[in-house]
Amino acid sequence: MGKRKLMKVYPIEENCISCRYCEVACTMVHSASKDPVKAYKLEGLLPRATVEVKGAVSLSLMCRHCKHPFCFDSCISGAIQVGEDGKVYLDEERCVGCWNCVLVCPFGAAHPFISDNEKKRHSFKCDLCGDRGFPACVEACPNRALVYDFER
Amino acid sequence: MLFKKPQVAFYPFMVLRDDYKCVRCKSCVDQCSFDATYYDEDLNMIMNHHENCVNCKRCEAFCPTDAIKVVKNPSTFHPDANWTPEAIRDIHVQMLTGAIILTSTGNDKPIRNYFDHLLLDACQVTNPPIDPLREPMELKTFIGRKTDALEFDPDGVSIKTTIGKQLELEIPVLFSAMSYGSINLNLQKAMARAAKEFGTYWNTGEGGLHRDLREYKECTIVQVASGRFGVDLEYLETSAAIEIKIGQGAKPGIGGHLPGEKVNEGIAQTRMIPVGSDAISPAPHHDIYSIEDLRQLIYALKEATNYEKPVFVKIAAVHNVAAIACGIAHAGADAVVIDGVRGGTGATPKSLRDHVGIPIELAIAAVDDRLRKEGLRNQVSLIAAGGFRSAVDVLKAVALGADAVYIGTVAKLAAGCTQCQQCHTGRCAWGITTNDPRLAKRLNPDIVAENLYNLLRAWAHDIKELLGAMGINAIESIRGNRLRLRSWGLTEQENKILGVLPAGM
Ligand code: SF4
Ligand code: SF4
Ligand code: SF4
Ligand code: SF4
Repeated sequence: MGKRKLMKVYPIEENCISCRYCEVACTMVHSASKDPVKAYKLEGLLPRATVEVKGAVSLSLMCRHCKHPFCFDSCISGAIQVGEDGKVYLDEERCVGCWNCVLVCPFGAAHPFISDNEKKRHSFKCDLCGDRGFPACVEACPNRALVYDFER
Repeated sequence: MLFKKPQVAFYPFMVLRDDYKCVRCKSCVDQCSFDATYYDEDLNMIMNHHENCVNCKRCEAFCPTDAIKVVKNPSTFHPDANWTPEAIRDIHVQMLTGAIILTSTGNDKPIRNYFDHLLLDACQVTNPPIDPLREPMELKTFIGRKTDALEFDPDGVSIKTTIGKQLELEIPVLFSAMSYGSINLNLQKAMARAAKEFGTYWNTGEGGLHRDLREYKECTIVQVASGRFGVDLEYLETSAAIEIKIGQGAKPGIGGHLPGEKVNEGIAQTRMIPVGSDAISPAPHHDIYSIEDLRQLIYALKEATNYEKPVFVKIAAVHNVAAIACGIAHAGADAVVIDGVRGGTGATPKSLRDHVGIPIELAIAAVDDRLRKEGLRNQVSLIAAGGFRSAVDVLKAVALGADAVYIGTVAKLAAGCTQCQQCHTGRCAWGITTNDPRLAKRLNPDIVAENLYNLLRAWAHDIKELLGAMGINAIESIRGNRLRLRSWGLTEQENKILGVLPAGM
């Protein structure tokens, strides 16, 4: 496979200050209400970018849109697809919640979601804010610890 | 409070959280470096140890849902003009610790700020103001020894006189000495970059010059203080000027102490001391007990650097500052730096910070007067420091007689500082006065360099507007021009010292 012309989010570990703006911005823009408080409290949403902290080291982790996505290989329902552009898509409606992707993702970027009434069950991950045009986490990050750039 | 001394309950600040708005992101828990915020898993709630809160406002700034407000504790002591909460708390601290109260930043007492009592002039009808957006305005400032007179070639046109090395500033503002150790490398990097880009200088402070910053040689002032940290020939040569630090406005008459725990690999290497050893700057320079001794050090430094570097001498503004400044001029310094009573620091006993020294405004006027009277004014530049807040303060200082102004606190503010007075703890939540890697990375030098550049740019605009209104197109024309100042609300004596007329005259 040659070089893809895919833009994705790159975390810069030295700049990450574990403020979790990326998390909350992510949750907010993926909500119906577009309100961070309602997103968490009424819609029960969770962030697709997650901040990992260990001592002085922290960074925000989100889907790497891998060239050879293990999640795609492991998906039993066809919910995960690789687009022409190289983006890895996850169709939450088609997902049956087997958690295979959650288990195989080497970055821990796919997460399980079970709604409070257990009616909804699917995995979810970073979609590069497809409908938004620009990733919310990158826009929100106050310390330039996330960049949206072409794949290197 | 359980397991605590009773007095601990009288804490000054409280963290109010709108629990409905809190989405449990735990950003505040992570950002608080003073153990004032924690997450309780059983309650699934964010809780506070209010008694630890220092009002740094980091959590407030970083709560994504604006759920936090840090407020003054409404529960206070009985109103008493004499026994203020601060006075009572200080007694409590000292009775519990038996120790000096350490603090940081600058004097926070309401000592009269004379800049606020000075008003600038403007042109009306009889002399035209200048529009700085249409006409060139000159803020260029030269720091260094000027000649007594000009000699010309026989042709009467070419100048024969040569003058010593000058620092060339695009704005009469430089970044003040803040050492690596008291602040971290990120802020030094940001200052160095902004200084280089804008055309001014930054100062290493007394902690040496880190390898990574040697590329900024052209805009670096290296400091030589009583501890002589990091001083060798290469250090002296990697500079635009050398500053001998005798004293500092926030702690005149005492030295400094960087505790061993803070001396990490980088600091140790830069200061040329072992890792983990206390970095102690003695109160006096052990080789300076007179103006003659100072002269020896000035000339030793000049000699070592081939007379290529201007040598500054920095002192705190104390009672007889004018006479001392004259002595410094006589000793051969190219610039004398005066740091006023509001000058900041990374650590100082509270009693010294708040009660020793004199306001910089009076010091500038007194020193400028005295140097003129003694015919020394052209021989030294006068740089003022300590508590400058705005371009207007800078311009007023220049009108009083300063050549340029050092800013330190302003640079910290541009890096996020909220003046919480905890620099000495090494836990600065804004990542400024700390070398804890987890905290220090909160200060991104790229971002702060931009902030600092913007700030200098804004101040330059401000100064140009004010000069334009006065019908002046060069900062040189306002320097020491106290006729363009008037005072309000000051006594006759104060006006006399400042050399200004009261408004209306
Ligand atoms: S917003 Fe940026 S700095 Fe904050 S946690 Fe996310 S990546 Fe790190
Ligand atoms: S930062 Fe704000 S939203 Fe996040 S846990 Fe703290 S109070 Fe709650
Ligand atoms: S971050 Fe600062 S203001 Fe907030 S609780 Fe901690 S000490 Fe107080
Ligand atoms: S530098 Fe940091 S610790 Fe010092 S006053 Fe500013 S915010 Fe507080």
